[in-house]
Amino acid sequence: MSFVLRGISVRHGSAERSDTLCALVDVNLSIAQGEQVALIGPSGAGKTTLLHTLACAHRAESGEFSVFGVEPWALSHAERHALRARLFLAPQTPPLPPRQRVVTAVLAGCLPQWSFWQAIASLIRPSDPDAAYDALACFNLQDKLYARVDRLSGGERQRCGMARLLVSKADAFLVDEPLSALDPTLSLQTLDVLQQEATSRNATLVCSLHQVELALGNFPRIVGLREGRVVFDAPRAEVTEAMIAALYRNTQQTEQSDLVAAQPDEHIAPQF
Amino acid sequence: MILNAASAHHPDPAWRGRITAALVALFLLWPMLIASEFKPWTLLDAQSLGSTWHFLSGFFPPAHSREFLLLMLEATWQTISIATAGLTLALLGAIPLTLLATKSLSVSLLESGRMRLAGAVIRQGARWLLVLLRSVPELVWALLLVRIVGLGPTAGVLAIALTYIGMLGKVYAEILESSEAHATQSLLKNGSGRLAALFYGALPASAAELVSYTTFRWECAIRGSVVMGFVGAGGIGQRMDESMKMLAGDEVFTMLIIFVLLVACADLVSTFLRKRLA
Repeated sequence: MSFVLRGISVRHGSAERSDTLCALVDVNLSIAQGEQVALIGPSGAGKTTLLHTLACAHRAESGEFSVFGVEPWALSHAERHALRARLFLAPQTPPLPPRQRVVTAVLAGCLPQWSFWQAIASLIRPSDPDAAYDALACFNLQDKLYARVDRLSGGERQRCGMARLLVSKADAFLVDEPLSALDPTLSLQTLDVLQQEATSRNATLVCSLHQVELALGNFPRIVGLREGRVVFDAPRAEVTEAMIAALYRNTQQTEQSDLVAAQPDEHIAPQF
Repeated sequence: MILNAASAHHPDPAWRGRITAALVALFLLWPMLIASEFKPWTLLDAQSLGSTWHFLSGFFPPAHSREFLLLMLEATWQTISIATAGLTLALLGAIPLTLLATKSLSVSLLESGRMRLAGAVIRQGARWLLVLLRSVPELVWALLLVRIVGLGPTAGVLAIALTYIGMLGKVYAEILESSEAHATQSLLKNGSGRLAALFYGALPASAAELVSYTTFRWECAIRGSVVMGFVGAGGIGQRMDESMKMLAGDEVFTMLIIFVLLVACADLVSTFLRKRLA
């Protein structure tokens, strides 16, 4: 099993604020190694929070959670950080510094495997430009290898973030809305590259999507989230239009409250 | 009339607070003016004007004999060397302390919103060390060091290094913390090391600010080394001290011109570097 979650609840914001809403409530989920799962649900349903929880980026308030058969929060600090190298979290906005070159931004996916001096040496002279080139070529971005990130368009940046995923050595890909800046054709191609890569290295792929048709058309298993709860978790053949309609019904109200509640943790994390 | 009616109907809730704050500020500032014996009108009485005129009239023409200019060239070079060597030493001390003091590289802060005790203690310790180093002015360090290592540039270099470790470390840490944390944090979340995350995430985002602040500090180090020259730490300041004591206004004026040129050069270097990094 790649991920097992039992009764996971996640709360955002600091402990002093008692009014914070739960971002995830009593989530039960198990995902086998190599499985490909799409997360769907209205904005602020908790998709990002769930992906961050899977990535061990923050700790659940309650419930049991294990990754690759170990409980990350029972491990020591260093062991848990080593475990993160096997999980690749691709955030919704590509985390690429504007002044960095594309080759460096892509090769940053190798950092968990590199020693510090290797990392520094690669800043001066890229250590494996071929790997970056091949990863970029999967997304038709090979011409941008030595361009600077701020010269890329939004969609190119998003695919550049995916190229970083390809060079990483992760056993699970946790991808947050990889298609939000892409046109329909590119969306299909990008999703295809991600799924092929996951299949070829038997990596688990958990991908949150706003495009329900793409999720239903490409992923064998669909998880519907709403207001922090798993509404359904079913093979795509069993997902009906009525289930989808119920998932997205009256989302206006939820969006209002979720503006406060379900931001990714880094924006709300209290500063000391 | 219309305005009055509007303000009567919708009183500004911030108005009273603003008035109170202004009055409190005045109330606090007044004793400070008295304590600092702030009497600008003494600048303008006849005796002051006379002595100012006497000193300033000696400024023209600036000293420009070949011998004096060669002496100045040597002193200027020494000043630049003191500033540069001091700043380089300061960088060697400040960079490791910055890495210890920067909060945005804390993995435990990322996980749970609070730091582990050990991390928090090390960070706080680094911050205190930085406070200690910069709270002693470089002039005081120089006075202490002149007694230890004797008169000459070594005291100046060490004094600049000690004070500037504190300043650079603090400001570097603040620049890194205020830069966009997204790139650094997602590298950390994907399991990369702290230092690697710094070099691949935070540094490209704030390199221009760091370079700009460093060149500004270099400029300050040049001024600082001049001031320390007065207590015998070498360079152009020591020459200026001598000229001042001999009331040689023309020599002082030449040295002031050299200062302006030095600061302008530092500014050019900063602009050039920022353009390259932008």
